[in-house]
Amino acid sequence: PPQVVWSMLGNRQFCSYKMTTKTQNFCRNEYNLTGLCNRSSCPLANSQYATIREEKGRCYLYMKTIERAAFPRRLWERVLLNKNYEKALEQIDENLIYWPRFIRHKCKQRFTKITQYLIRIRKLTLKRQRKLVPLRRKIERRERRREEKALIAAQLDNAIEKELLERLKQDTYGDIYNFPIHAFDKALQQQGAESESESDAEREEEEDEDVDTREFVEAEDSELSDFEDMDKLETSSEEEQEEEEEVEKKASHPKSKGKTPLKGPARRKRPYIEIEYEEETEPTTKTKAA
Amino acid sequence: AMAGDGGGNAEHGGSPAPQRVLFPPTFSVSEIKNKQRRHFMFLRWKQQQRKEKLAAKKKRRKEREALGDRAPPKAIPKTIENQRVYDETTVDPNDEEVAFDEATDEFAPYFNRQTVPKILITTSDRPRGRTVRFCEQLATVIPNSHVYYRRGLALKRIIPQCIARDFTDLIVINEDRKIPNGLVLSHLPDGPTAHFRMSSVRLRKEIKRKGKEPTEHVPEVILNNFTTRLGHSVGRMFASLFPHDPQFIGRQVATFHNQRDYIFFRFHRYIFRSEKRVGIQELGPRFTLKLRSLQKGTFDSKFGEYEWIHKRREMDTSRRKFHL
Repeated sequence: PPQVVWSMLGNRQFCSYKMTTKTQNFCRNEYNLTGLCNRSSCPLANSQYATIREEKGRCYLYMKTIERAAFPRRLWERVLLNKNYEKALEQIDENLIYWPRFIRHKCKQRFTKITQYLIRIRKLTLKRQRKLVPLRRKIERRERRREEKALIAAQLDNAIEKELLERLKQDTYGDIYNFPIHAFDKALQQQGAESESESDAEREEEEDEDVDTREFVEAEDSELSDFEDMDKLETSSEEEQEEEEEVEKKASHPKSKGKTPLKGPARRKRPYIEIEYEEETEPTTKTKAA
Repeated sequence: AMAGDGGGNAEHGGSPAPQRVLFPPTFSVSEIKNKQRRHFMFLRWKQQQRKEKLAAKKKRRKEREALGDRAPPKAIPKTIENQRVYDETTVDPNDEEVAFDEATDEFAPYFNRQTVPKILITTSDRPRGRTVRFCEQLATVIPNSHVYYRRGLALKRIIPQCIARDFTDLIVINEDRKIPNGLVLSHLPDGPTAHFRMSSVRLRKEIKRKGKEPTEHVPEVILNNFTTRLGHSVGRMFASLFPHDPQFIGRQVATFHNQRDYIFFRFHRYIFRSEKRVGIQELGPRFTLKLRSLQKGTFDSKFGEYEWIHKRREMDTSRRKFHL
């Protein structure tokens, strides 16, 4: 008898499906209609009960009557509901025709909720789905350590400075920077002994430039300091330049493998600067050569 | 072993390593059960090793000085870059096949100056503050770039729109736990898509001794150390982000430096103090990238044709093997 069941189980704490929180009691029974633990919504304490449950996207109406209370296997009767919302509601109505109002109402409410969340699932699966990829701690640590080591090995500032100086030497900046090319020229002569004839031609041009500018440079320097000092300066800078040149040559050859492919077949013709150089400095070099 | 142990025990008073210590041949430090004693013996052994090494070094140096000019050249220390496993796809500078490929691949119009790069930067859904600021700074660094926020739009649908509006590149910055951690770079008119893992992101305010903001001038590009075919294509992708003609007045340079498969991005302003010295000042954000996959077409995670994916089991087996 349901009264006894309720007074024993539901009312007190003996029901295993009952979960209490500070404000409410919940019922974990899968056949429960509302999810709360009440006298009217406990499937154990009511001999006539009905629920809506869905499996794999289809909704079923489950009913329990007093006649089958002795046969637990056949206790719950299952009716497949129509996919159409209104037709399903009519089905519920005709199945629960003389049942108490509370159960009918709650069934329809539950059915509405279920159909709505099924619609939502279907909509969401069409949108982009975010896949969460777990990070592996060991791998993360390893990668971070390798990155640090690579950063140290890269010596970025030095590499960038070298590259910029290289570009300056190869005249990609054209005439923007006027530096005393005297020592510069010495270094170029050394390089010219080993490189192709193109560079020879260029070197000659630069020598001409140098002839023009050398006087200019010396005059400037003589204003600032004595002749002795200037000689010392020049010789020291020459030596430095020579040493640096050798080092740079050695360093640039293994590096050239990495850099030159991106700059096209010949070292001086870089795809993204070549034409600029020709446009800007060609007229000036012509005049100087002449 | 017992005799040696007894001998070690007797010296346990903490005296410095005596000269006449002779360990019996089968003695090993790890056989002592007592931790304190074992530790002590190990330290003593270490000291001995160090002494021997120092003595050997001195001897070598003396020999070297004695020989003078005829001394053999100094041995080059082994570095990971020296010991790198030779990759068969390393590009030879004079390779015609590579040159021909590069003349006809998707970046040919860029390198022939037919297209001007126009870049769209966006993020994953709901970017947090750091990512937003990073996007803005990236937009100042890369000229002709626009930042658009994505509110739940599918990438596959915005790509045709971008192509219609003449964008050449698309950058998507993926975010996780309020920091950017991934970058998808896709060349738009049907170009390759590269997916990177981004780490060590530093915004402008976190960089010490930074200068003023990057100006609007077109910066130069430095691409270092991209040796293999894969590295080549990635390098060209980066190069195609920036307009082909840098403005030297701006004196700005963006560097992509590849070292052991990590690509470091830096943005500097340089000034030539003399013809041998250049000063650089870092402005702009910095980050490091690691390539995860390269796809042939535009972004398509399910049906795309992958040119290269990083497979950890196969590719991370050797510490001297790198792919870029």
